[in-house]
Amino acid sequence: MGNTNEMRIEFDGRPGNEGFARVAVAAFCTQLNPTLEEVADMKTALSEAITNAIIHGYEGKIHKICLECKIEGRCFYVSVQDWGKGIENIKKAMEPLYTTKPELDRSGMGFAFMEAFMDEVWVESEPGKGTTVHMKKSIGR
Amino acid sequence: MEKDYILEGTCLRVQMPRELDHEAGEQVKRMTDRIMMENPVQSMKLDFKQTEFMDSSGIGMIISRYRMLGMRKGSVKVTGASERIKKILLISGMNKIVDVCEN
Repeated sequence: MGNTNEMRIEFDGRPGNEGFARVAVAAFCTQLNPTLEEVADMKTALSEAITNAIIHGYEGKIHKICLECKIEGRCFYVSVQDWGKGIENIKKAMEPLYTTKPELDRSGMGFAFMEAFMDEVWVESEPGKGTTVHMKKSIGR
Repeated sequence: MEKDYILEGTCLRVQMPRELDHEAGEQVKRMTDRIMMENPVQSMKLDFKQTEFMDSSGIGMIISRYRMLGMRKGSVKVTGASERIKKILLISGMNKIVDVCEN
């Protein structure tokens, strides 16, 4: 029985909801007393994962995205799940600058940003079924 | 919103929004595409003084503007960027293709 706390929210994968999700995560993690920079890092990484779900998972169609956060001690876990297209080659997808949608002017840096701002990023995906991006960050000392 | 886009000669000055994410980035692209179709634009100045948040969608938008302007270094200038925004521009290598200026 340690310091644990969890939340789970499901929302439409609309571009307008990205801001809402960022605020939700920022609000939930305040109990860890993060620095402004740590909050900014988590909001940025989360924004990347949600944008990926909308643009790649659902290719712009509106479906549900599930955001789960868990606090365990000083560790903050975030996962973003979609039930969309799935990723054929996870390793390739996570390569910096690789994008399957250059025509949308995607920079291909989503995963690079997630990895830059979080301590760990790992992905579960099955083509045709969906994708879950997991991220973890230790907050404070 | 119209006041966020000001054409000064052939330089298009754009006020970046408070949160430059996927949705906002798309909007900037659409507006600047339209302006560039109707006017001779040779350079862009992106003012980030109101911008508190940016993710890689903003980077994609900057790269696409740089491409539209012929991929000439200095054709896209960034002003008013906070330390956080400057850090993001640096991590993504944008400092190599755009001029990050102090005000």
